[in-house]
Amino acid sequence: MFIGVDVGGTNTDAVLMDGNRLVAAAKVPTTGDVTTGIVGAVSELRRQHPAGHIDAVMVGTTHFTNALLERRDLSPTAVLRLCLPATQLLPPLVDWPDELRVAIGGQTWMVGGGNEFDGREISALDRDGIREAVREMRRQGIRAVAVCGVFSPVDPRHEEEAAAIIHEYAPELRVCLSHENGRMGLLERENAAALNACLGDVAHRTVQGIAGALKQLGIDAPLFMSQNDGTLMDTDFAARFPVLTISSGPTNSMRGAAWLSGITDGIVVDVGGTSTDVGALVKGFPRESAVAVHLAGVRTNFRIPDMVSIALGGGTVVTPEPWRMGPESVGYRLTEEALVFGGNTLTTTDLAVAAGRADVGNRQLVAGLEASLVERAMTEIQDRVETAVDRVKLSGEDVPVVLVGGGSILLGDALAGASEVLRPEHSGVANAIGAAIAQVGGQMERVYSLETEGRAEAIADCSAGAVQRAVAAGADPATVEVVDVEEVPLTYVPSNATLVRVRAVGNLALSSPQK
Amino acid sequence: MWQATEDMLAPIATGAGILGTGGGGNPYIGQLRAQQALKRWGPVTVLAPEEVPEDAKVVCVGGIGAPTVGIEKVRDLQSYYALRAIEEFTSERATALISNEIGGSNSVEVMIAAAKAGLPIVDADGMGRAFPEFQMKTFFVYGVPCCPMSIADEKGNSIIIRETITPAWAERLARATTIQMGCVACYAVAPMTAQQVRDTAVPNTLSLARDLGLAVQQAHDTGGDPLAAILETCPGRTLFSGKVVDLDRRTTGGFARGTVAIDGMDDFAGCRMVIDFQNENLVARVDGEIVCTVPDLICAVATDGGEPVTTELMRYGLRVTILGFPAPALWTTPQGLAEAGPHHFGYETEYIPLKVAGD
Repeated sequence: MFIGVDVGGTNTDAVLMDGNRLVAAAKVPTTGDVTTGIVGAVSELRRQHPAGHIDAVMVGTTHFTNALLERRDLSPTAVLRLCLPATQLLPPLVDWPDELRVAIGGQTWMVGGGNEFDGREISALDRDGIREAVREMRRQGIRAVAVCGVFSPVDPRHEEEAAAIIHEYAPELRVCLSHENGRMGLLERENAAALNACLGDVAHRTVQGIAGALKQLGIDAPLFMSQNDGTLMDTDFAARFPVLTISSGPTNSMRGAAWLSGITDGIVVDVGGTSTDVGALVKGFPRESAVAVHLAGVRTNFRIPDMVSIALGGGTVVTPEPWRMGPESVGYRLTEEALVFGGNTLTTTDLAVAAGRADVGNRQLVAGLEASLVERAMTEIQDRVETAVDRVKLSGEDVPVVLVGGGSILLGDALAGASEVLRPEHSGVANAIGAAIAQVGGQMERVYSLETEGRAEAIADCSAGAVQRAVAAGADPATVEVVDVEEVPLTYVPSNATLVRVRAVGNLALSSPQK
Repeated sequence: MWQATEDMLAPIATGAGILGTGGGGNPYIGQLRAQQALKRWGPVTVLAPEEVPEDAKVVCVGGIGAPTVGIEKVRDLQSYYALRAIEEFTSERATALISNEIGGSNSVEVMIAAAKAGLPIVDADGMGRAFPEFQMKTFFVYGVPCCPMSIADEKGNSIIIRETITPAWAERLARATTIQMGCVACYAVAPMTAQQVRDTAVPNTLSLARDLGLAVQQAHDTGGDPLAAILETCPGRTLFSGKVVDLDRRTTGGFARGTVAIDGMDDFAGCRMVIDFQNENLVARVDGEIVCTVPDLICAVATDGGEPVTTELMRYGLRVTILGFPAPALWTTPQGLAEAGPHHFGYETEYIPLKVAGD
């Protein structure tokens, strides 16, 4: 059996899954230390269902990244770029907010190395330069170093060799290589590596804390963390790449919605108390955003779900004169402040009850609302959600829409642009289910010249690399399959140079037999 | 005369994005580079074309390469190296620089070279918009030789193309060299005279880009209408407004080509616009009727914010407004149209000048 946990801003949700069956579910308030909330939720699961061997625990939390926002517990970090003589005008950390750059020490070096788009070397790797930089890093008390080579996704060898030199001269330094988790885009990939490097200590402590707490509950199963692409990473990997946890909450929620509804391609509408998140599912995974993601003011190119958020939820406040719906919300105080619960605030939930769409609280308390007001509200709610659904679509075709979240009672059973509207059971814990069902993935990205290598060979080579990475990350080799192949031709390069990106996923390989 | 300072780079990028007519790529890196250059070497003086001294030697510099490579091997001071190479070859020192292309992010190269060399730049360029190829410049259409020209990389390599039989040959040779150099090179063309600049450059385009960007910014700050602010700054016409419903994008011969279909909303409800593009927007049709063609400017901006929308950013569901601006006069003569009119891009249609209010 698997335990899935999702640590949200308000609640920590947990589910116990036996194969494809939901056995138990729990919801407790999130705690500042994260671990107490997890312990509370997991204890509740065990109380509901004490028997059964636990094969693995999967946790989705973005807690590590809070350290960035608060600029605390960050390791003194250096950035070493392998690039000279290229790219000097924009040195490492150039686009970081000053406070954060200062908080990590802000030491950067640029040395000879790196590659061209077609794999040639920009210059030979400057080994002496690296040794000199490492000596200086030790003198300054640096604890972590991010290494970023130009076009390292095309050829990672300079980064790997630099890591070996650092390890030889300063084995105590933790090294993050940019090619291991970033895609094309020098500054964004380098920034991501630096963020991972500076969060290493705090991530390590948090992961150890969660693992220790589970042990105390008598659960001696491997622990995995959710990544923002809907796959898992083990605790060592999570400590090395903590930033990959950002946005794992919405991702888990969408993956859970796909699992609950059986829909793999469509739209998920997650209506909460304050806002509604709308995202697209492609082959059971959230479609990824193509735009740059900012984390604590730092520009990165992480893979996060491409979502549209609107300020509309079950707790959204409505004023009839002059007409206004939101963005204010009573949020989690809905059950005290809404009219149907005996409160004094008119909310979208009250209007949905009056319209007969929802049946919560005391219907009599909203019987006096004017019919025109109720109709106007229902039309506007429907319009706003339909517009959001339309914005995340990639074509005009009607697609299935899955409604999850407590606020989904606001919506009718038909939506423009939807071929069908589904409301799966247990949608309140879709996020924890998403964590529990997650698979293990690997991604590979390389530039190929399709004139010298055929397209099929290029894709095969890149796919092999992605599969290898998925297996290395803990996937069962027998179940790994390629789920996504993306080709991006490089414009203005006539030799047909094309960036190929492949993603592979497989089931978690278990050391102990399942069940 | 005015000073291009750091705080003007954001509005210039917005304006240049609008004038980029769908091409020009991601402005982020370019803006960051220009910012670093101005931080290190100070602001750049911008001269109106009529302020350029009679004995001036004006060198045109620009970037050549692949935008997709430029986000990884970020450009350095290639434009400055190209400038020094052409100066040495011609034994002439530049006294001012001029941009190859105002549209998109290419116009930062001249700013970086000028900041580093301590030279002024001319408020003008060779396109007044964006075009996909090197030879498509008003300078060359009106007889300024495109050679000798230099091409430089970031490593210290530079090459001189001494002479070509046509500007198109210069593009071909420069392109091949650029690929060997790793796809983020810059070029510089042998100096023009002040008279040549006044006769063959599209004037006042850097200040136009700045003013367009400031107009959008100000509309945001004051709750005004950014689209109206754009049209007030640069006379043009709203061609269409609606929602992107279809996108067909492919890369052939090194160019991003395709079409985007937009279903009309509000005043345009019930109509559909289809735009053909090759990096830049070339031809716009409404229900099959051509409403605007190259070299007039077909510019897509976000309906609710006025920010430029490049062809890479186009996607289903996006609300866009398509603005048309008349081409600079230098492009609408027979010589101009031969280089950059609809026929040049393979269309049979004749160029029909865009009508704007007041014409």
